[in-house]
Amino acid sequence: MNNENTSAMNASIKPDYTVGEHPDLPPPSNTVGTIAWVRENLLSSPANIIMTILSIYFLYKVLPPSLNWMFFDAAYVGEDRNACRAVANGACWAFISERFQLFTYGFYPIEHRWRVDLSFVLLVVAVIPILFDKTPYRKYGLIFAMVFPFIAGWLLTGGLGLAPVPTEKFGGFMLTLVVGITGIAFSLPLGILLALGRQSNLPIIKVFCVSFIEFIRGVPLITLLFVASTMLSYFLPPGTNFDLLLRVLIMVTLFSAGYMAEVIRGGLQAIPKGQFEASDAMGLKYWPSMRLIVLPQALKISIPGIVNTFIGLYKDTTLVIIIGLLDPLGIGRASLSDTKWTGLSNEVYLFVALFFFISCFGMSRYSLYLENKLQTEHRK
Amino acid sequence: MSNSTKIGTEQMNTDQDNIVIRINEMHKWYGQFHVLKNINLNVKRGEKIVICGPSGSGKSTMIRCINRLEEHQQGQIVVDGTELSNDLKNIEVVRKEVGMVFQHFNLFPHLTVLENCTLAPIWVRKTPRLEAEEMAMQYLERVKIPDQANKFPGQLSGGQQQRVAIARSLCMKPRIMLFDEPTSALDPEMIKEVLDVMIELASEGITMLCVTHEMGFAKTVADRVIFMDGGEIIEENSPQHFFDNPQHDRTRLFLSQILNH
Repeated sequence: MNNENTSAMNASIKPDYTVGEHPDLPPPSNTVGTIAWVRENLLSSPANIIMTILSIYFLYKVLPPSLNWMFFDAAYVGEDRNACRAVANGACWAFISERFQLFTYGFYPIEHRWRVDLSFVLLVVAVIPILFDKTPYRKYGLIFAMVFPFIAGWLLTGGLGLAPVPTEKFGGFMLTLVVGITGIAFSLPLGILLALGRQSNLPIIKVFCVSFIEFIRGVPLITLLFVASTMLSYFLPPGTNFDLLLRVLIMVTLFSAGYMAEVIRGGLQAIPKGQFEASDAMGLKYWPSMRLIVLPQALKISIPGIVNTFIGLYKDTTLVIIIGLLDPLGIGRASLSDTKWTGLSNEVYLFVALFFFISCFGMSRYSLYLENKLQTEHRK
Repeated sequence: MSNSTKIGTEQMNTDQDNIVIRINEMHKWYGQFHVLKNINLNVKRGEKIVICGPSGSGKSTMIRCINRLEEHQQGQIVVDGTELSNDLKNIEVVRKEVGMVFQHFNLFPHLTVLENCTLAPIWVRKTPRLEAEEMAMQYLERVKIPDQANKFPGQLSGGQQQRVAIARSLCMKPRIMLFDEPTSALDPEMIKEVLDVMIELASEGITMLCVTHEMGFAKTVADRVIFMDGGEIIEENSPQHFFDNPQHDRTRLFLSQILNH
């Protein structure tokens, strides 16, 4: 009876294809395309439906007024605040355009600002071959990138035929870029060395690296900047004039290097023991084995953390305001005290925020690109 | 001097010269734990040795002492005339001559198959890149995967990865090859392709020490089978005697456990 039943059922679902050669069929239409995307992402459950409705309502409430304030009701030209107010009741961007030079160059002498512009162009030329490995003539680009810091230092501060410009004149975006990029460029190699040192078998190196890292992590950056601006002159022999900006650069670099070291140590610890054993067994010595096998893998794993530290450093450059250097935020605050333009803090802070957002978002996107490019394993 | 004695001394001399690995009363501890106890082993040039034993018996640790991935604390290990000690120079010399294949392949995942193979020749032997690549391709052909040369290890099957690992070791032209359970991490259908490569390699006269439980492989290629338990060499014999007529109870027990199921 039972047997008969199964054979009957088997007969009724007799396949219409040769077993072992089932053809590939297209997926059901409700699992692909726009409608499927909406169903999957916006309306998949009651909670999801409520969230979707609330989000749409929120955007409806917030987006039109902000856009109006920022663009449609905004004044783009005008002598002062009252002129702005006369034409529009939104943002007064005339203020920003009037102060744009100040925001960009700080107090850098006007007749020498071409040097800043040239440094920026050279910076782009130096950075592209580092970021993209398909750049034509990359080898020469990388060599140029090595000498770029010296060229930029010479262009910005002068000397050797160029009129000297004291670093107190630096300010605005240019100051942020100088501090941020110097910090980024030097904290990574320093962080790598500290991380390797912390893993070292040699006790002196290990103790030095551990105490350095722990000291840096235990002290706020502001404190270090204060030390840089005031206390260092007590330790240095009287009469030595140690440039304030240079002190700041050193402190910022050391500070990030401490954090960088810990991020990279995390990456180093994720490398399986077998990788070290394989390179040992092949007879590779310490440095080649680190450079060719361990670090490429450890740094790849650490990319999110490294970029996190870079972004943190970049944003922390605003702290230089504490010791009297005027970064964009400082310039903005100073500009706000101008009686012609009182009460425009929204515009100023939004503008400075936009600058930082573009820089930091760029870094974050680049790190994603890099992670994808370096992905050589199949993720399951 | 009579003819016969002359031949005799020559025979003795070549025997002495022919010993490439000499392990003398070697002991090793992990902290308090005595892992290797009084290991004595002489390996002749070109000899194929299979080492087996229950897990934790110290067989992997022993062959890892031969290229100093593990340190021994007492006794003497001399590899091709170089004694292993804390002297880094000696360790370097030995590691150039000794290739190793691991249970988990340990290929470098960020490098292509070809780069995996050329890395050590270029950086340790200072071979020019083109020459190293040519040689690597030869060895990849020998392990029958030249077409995968530009892929990354993660894109290959386990068996293919292990064959790359063998090619990678051979690129250093080692005189001695150590295999640490080379097939234990493989799916059953891939074990054969790796063993085939190893059998072919064995026929070419390289000295091989192989920790494995593949008793078929042991019967085919081994000159000597060594059985270890509890950190000691319990028994060593030709494969024929070892399998047909094991001397020790522990060997008999082990063989009955791995052969009859």
